[in-house]
Amino acid sequence: MNEMSRKVLKPSQKAAPKMPQMRIRPMAPILPPSNIQGNALIVVIAIMAFLACLTLGAVSMVRATASSWQSQISREITIQIKPEDGLDMNAALNKARNLALSFVGTREGTIMDDAATSRLLEPWLGAGLDLSELPVPRLVIITIDENNPPDFEAMRAMLKTEIPQAFLDDHRTWVDRLVSMAHTTVMIGLGVLILVFSAMVLTVIFATRGALSGNRHIVEVLHFVGAESSFVAREFQKHFLKISLKGSGAGSALAAHVFLAAGFWQSRSLATPQSDQASALFGTFSVGLEGYIGIFATMLIIALLTTVTARMTVIRTIDDIDRVRSDPSKSEGV
Amino acid sequence: MGPEILRDMTFDIPKGSFQFLTGPSGAGKTTLLRLLLMSLQPTRGHIRMFSRDVSRIPRSELPLLRRRVGIVFQDFRLLDHLTTYENVALPLRVRGKEESAYRNDVIELLKWVGLGERINVLPPILSGGEKQRAAIARALMDQPEILLADEPTGNVDPPMAKRLLNLFLELNRLGTAVVIATHDFGLMDQVDARRMILTEGRLDVYE
Repeated sequence: MNEMSRKVLKPSQKAAPKMPQMRIRPMAPILPPSNIQGNALIVVIAIMAFLACLTLGAVSMVRATASSWQSQISREITIQIKPEDGLDMNAALNKARNLALSFVGTREGTIMDDAATSRLLEPWLGAGLDLSELPVPRLVIITIDENNPPDFEAMRAMLKTEIPQAFLDDHRTWVDRLVSMAHTTVMIGLGVLILVFSAMVLTVIFATRGALSGNRHIVEVLHFVGAESSFVAREFQKHFLKISLKGSGAGSALAAHVFLAAGFWQSRSLATPQSDQASALFGTFSVGLEGYIGIFATMLIIALLTTVTARMTVIRTIDDIDRVRSDPSKSEGV
Repeated sequence: MGPEILRDMTFDIPKGSFQFLTGPSGAGKTTLLRLLLMSLQPTRGHIRMFSRDVSRIPRSELPLLRRRVGIVFQDFRLLDHLTTYENVALPLRVRGKEESAYRNDVIELLKWVGLGERINVLPPILSGGEKQRAAIARALMDQPEILLADEPTGNVDPPMAKRLLNLFLELNRLGTAVVIATHDFGLMDQVDARRMILTEGRLDVYE
C-alpha cells in the first residue's frame, strides 16, 4: 500500500545548498534522568544498602569472633583436682597429666603451677596468696587435636577410677552455648536482612508505580508510536538500575568506610579500656576481604533486586494500563 | 458498560485515500480514531485492519500493527525533555534501530516539514505550528500506511493550517491514506475530499 519512499521525502538537492553537518546531542534517555522522586529513592536505597551492609558486617564479625572463641575453647580441656586430706597433689597432677596424654588425640599437658594458680585467683583473693594454706583445686591443661579429639567419656571414667578427686571439663557446655549464640546471631542478622530487603522491594514497587503514574504521558506516547511492553519495561528498568546503582553504591561505600574507620580506631586505641571492651564484645572490627566482597555482593543484589522489582511492576502496570485503555467504559479520550 | 458511542456503521479506508472525519463535539470522532489505532476494543462489531480481524489479534502483536498507523494529536504529545530530533526519532528508537541507521532520515524529514533549523530545540521553545509539524513528522517517521490526525489545525492560525493541510496532501500524494478529524469547515472546503460525518454515533459518508 505504502509507496512512499525515503528518496521521495528527500528535499531536492538543487534547492538545498550543502549545509555543514548539524551537531546533535547524544540521545537523551526516554525517561527523564532525575527528578525529586528519583533523588529521594536514591537516598532510601542508600540507607537500605547501608543498613544491609552493616547487618552483614556485624553478623560476619560476631560469627568470626564466636568461632575463634569456640576454637580456642575446644582446643583445650581441663582436669581439675580437688585437694583432700592425704592426697599428694603433685603426684596426682602428674598422674592425671600422664593418664590424659596416654589417650590418642591429646598433644601436650601443662600443670598449672602455684604461681599461675595464684595469678588466676588474684582478682578474688588478692596478691601474695599462700596456696598451701587454702584448699584450692589445681588444674592440668591438656591441649587436644581439634580434628581428632580423644574419647572424653573413656578419659573421664579412667580418671574417676584412678584419681577420684579429678574432674574432667571438656568445655562442651561453653562450646555448645557459643555455637548456639553464633547461630542465633546469624539468624537475627538474616531476619534483619530479610526485613531490609523486603522494605526495599516494597519501596521500589511504590516508587516504580509513582514513576509510572508521573510518566504516564510518556508511556502513552510510547504506546501510540508502537512500543512493545517489553521496550517500555526495559526503559524503566534502565532508569531504576541507574538509581539503584547510585543508591546502593553510596550506602555500601559508607558501610565499608564505617568498618574501615572502626578498624582504624581499634588499631589506634589498642590496650585502652574502651577498645578492650569493644573487642571483648564484638571481636575485631575488621571484616576482611570476604566482608568487603560481601558488601560488594550486597550492593549488586540490591541493584538486581531493584531492577527486577521495577521490571515486574512496570510490566504488570502496563498490562493494567492496556486493559483500562482498551476498555471503552474505563478510558477517557485518546 | 458505558453508553454506546458509535453504532450501526460500516465503512472502509481505501489505500491511498484522503478523507475528513467531522461532526459535532462528542459525536465520537476521537473514539473512532482510537478504534482505528487499535487502542480501543469495540464492545461489539468487527474491525478489520490490514486484512486482519482486530479482535483476534493477540495483544502482544498489536504494537507491531500499530506501527503501520501514524497518529497526530491536537495537543501534539511531544515529550518535553527530548529535542525535536529525539521526538521525531522516537518511533524508530522504540523499534530498536541504531541511531546511526536513521539519523540522516530524521534530519531530512525535519527539513521536509520545515523544522531543519529547530532540530536541537526542546518542545517548550517551539511555537504551536512548529510543535504540530514535529508531531506530524513523528507520525510519518516510519512511513505509515495510514495517517490519523485528530484536530491537527486546532491550535494553529489559518495560514499555518493551510501549510499543514498541504503537508497532508503531499503525504497522501506519496501513497499514505489520510484521515483528518476536524471541526474546521474552512479547512475541509479547501479540498475536494471524501467526508465522513458523525452525528450522534452514526456515520454518513459523502464520497
